[in-house]
Amino acid sequence: MEPVRVITGRAVPLDRSDVDTDQIIPAHWLKRVERTGFGAGLFSGWWENEPDFVLNRREYKDATILIAGPNFGVGSSREHAVWALMDYGFKAVISPRFGDIFRNNATKTGLVPVVVDPDVAEALMRQVEADPTTVITIDVERLVVDCPAAAISASFPMDDFTRYRLVEGLDDIGLTLRNEAAITAYEQKRPAWMPTISLR
Amino acid sequence: MTITPKTLSEKLWDRHVIRSAEGEPDLLYIDMHLIHEVTSPQAFDGLKMAGRGVRRTDLTVATADHNVPTINILQPIADPISATQVSHLGKNCLEYGIKLYPMADPGQGIVHVIGPELGITLPGMTIVCGDSHTSTHGAFGALAFGIGTSEVEHVFATQSLPQVKPKTMAITVDGDLPAGSTAKDVILAIIGKITTGGGIGHIVEYRGSTIRGLSMEGRMTICNMSIEAGAKAGMIAPDDTTYAYIEGRPHAPKGALWEQALGDWQTLPTDEGATYDTEVVLDGTKILPHVSWGTNPGQVAPIDSEVPDPNSIEDPGQRDAAERALRYMGLEPGTPLRDIMVDTVFVGSCTNGRIEDLRVAADVVRGRKVHQGVHAMVVPGSMRVRAQAEEEGLDQIFLNAGFEWRAAGCSMCLGMNPDKLAPGQRCASTSNRNFEGRQGPRGRTHLVSPAVAAATAIAGTFSTPADLR
Repeated sequence: MEPVRVITGRAVPLDRSDVDTDQIIPAHWLKRVERTGFGAGLFSGWWENEPDFVLNRREYKDATILIAGPNFGVGSSREHAVWALMDYGFKAVISPRFGDIFRNNATKTGLVPVVVDPDVAEALMRQVEADPTTVITIDVERLVVDCPAAAISASFPMDDFTRYRLVEGLDDIGLTLRNEAAITAYEQKRPAWMPTISLR
Repeated sequence: MTITPKTLSEKLWDRHVIRSAEGEPDLLYIDMHLIHEVTSPQAFDGLKMAGRGVRRTDLTVATADHNVPTINILQPIADPISATQVSHLGKNCLEYGIKLYPMADPGQGIVHVIGPELGITLPGMTIVCGDSHTSTHGAFGALAFGIGTSEVEHVFATQSLPQVKPKTMAITVDGDLPAGSTAKDVILAIIGKITTGGGIGHIVEYRGSTIRGLSMEGRMTICNMSIEAGAKAGMIAPDDTTYAYIEGRPHAPKGALWEQALGDWQTLPTDEGATYDTEVVLDGTKILPHVSWGTNPGQVAPIDSEVPDPNSIEDPGQRDAAERALRYMGLEPGTPLRDIMVDTVFVGSCTNGRIEDLRVAADVVRGRKVHQGVHAMVVPGSMRVRAQAEEEGLDQIFLNAGFEWRAAGCSMCLGMNPDKLAPGQRCASTSNRNFEGRQGPRGRTHLVSPAVAAATAIAGTFSTPADLR
């Protein structure tokens, strides 16, 4: 994972609530066995069918931040949703609330989930709708989102460990394996009634 | 010494903490890891690139379910991309030594159907899978949740997962359900009440006499859809119904180990005096059969009501979502749900593809014919369910009524195999998600119980079995 410290860029306003991961990347894209190449499928059910869809609008091209309504990323656990957003060029998503699995997947891959109060999300949405050139800065080290044009400077929550991993770009598995002795010790006391699976 | 009373989920959590440190997520041990072809290939690739192995192949089970065709299953998969994905799973399982139930195997089926039927899903276990409906296994008093592919790789390499402890939520449903209402209607009513985001950040425990009165299959239907309310997991405390279901299954403990397990399981239910962060209560006696009208599982209504008017919704975000949903669904506010015609009926999925679901649907269609112009299909949740149904003659009842009788898989729940809706088609579906395009691009999904799906197949419009008489 690449370190993510500060993200500065323009934003896309996706003024919809309950954006599920089936919308972010439709199922027929999930047949691929690679992690790359999902950007072309991002929100494809919407941009293919809705000419006015925000990603079809030239003024939002090359933005790196997505602003969405509440409950972004609910539904299917598909990490492909995160891969699609990142492959398309997004580095962060701002929403009042995220689906739990999506939020976990995002932080494992380096996409920053920025949880803000509904009124902050609303103000940012209106600002970038009114002026697509608006620049937003997300500082992961300080956990602050700044948008001077809208006079917004708001903090966002993230546990210390996740922030440290993002900022340092650390491999989660490598960190866990530092505790291998503890895992092995735990395994010694696994109850005998629990099932194990043999190849037969 | 006083002991702090704990909830079921807190007990499960605490038992599985390998390591806990201030400012860090807890490191949880994973007792069983279920995998399938869609969310595992990139995880295996990650292992290879890092030169890592699978730590506990004996705690890992694989099956092919999402992509598999439900006809001509002895022939190669026609779609080359699906075929590649399924063959990747086979190659990876062979290379790492992981037990696989491949396509056409008698043990193959939807991952959340085969776990319980094999006796791999037991109370007190932590179970994960790269699939959000892993919450199904919580019906046994297991702590089970869906994970992403990075986490799949993590479990492969370490048999553990760092997790931030969620909050607890009790959803209590009391009373006898009205005739014709089922577990599916209970969970649809719950999601309608708390909405798709209501459970975010929580582990839900379902309690109350309505829940206790459900079979294991009904409990699995309830826990399965916990994720549709946003919950991390859904659980039900184990009881005699649970133990009776488990006893004698292939991987269930036997003899002295069974006694040991029972003793352990009986300590799991929530202690008297334990408290939850959030409590929700529903009156089971008032839960009628439900039908979804929109494009998220919170957009539901009792079958004897009408398509709602978005203008009557106060919250601007929810109102906007309802307007969008009705446009997508091609529905007018005020239309009685019973007047809506369907052209497709799908009975199956990890929500409602078990033997009891098939029995209920077969009872409704026995001696009747599918309405003209309706395409109806039954896709058993597993090959074992299919074999059991055939032993009971259910396949003949469905076939005689004009249903198609298929092999096991996820099928039209998400349309990754050839079973899809065409644009504009409208489906009464026993599955779990009515998202836009879920069953096929531009397809329209209405979530219902197996009883309502079967009655709707016969009538051609949304109906309960009682409506057919």
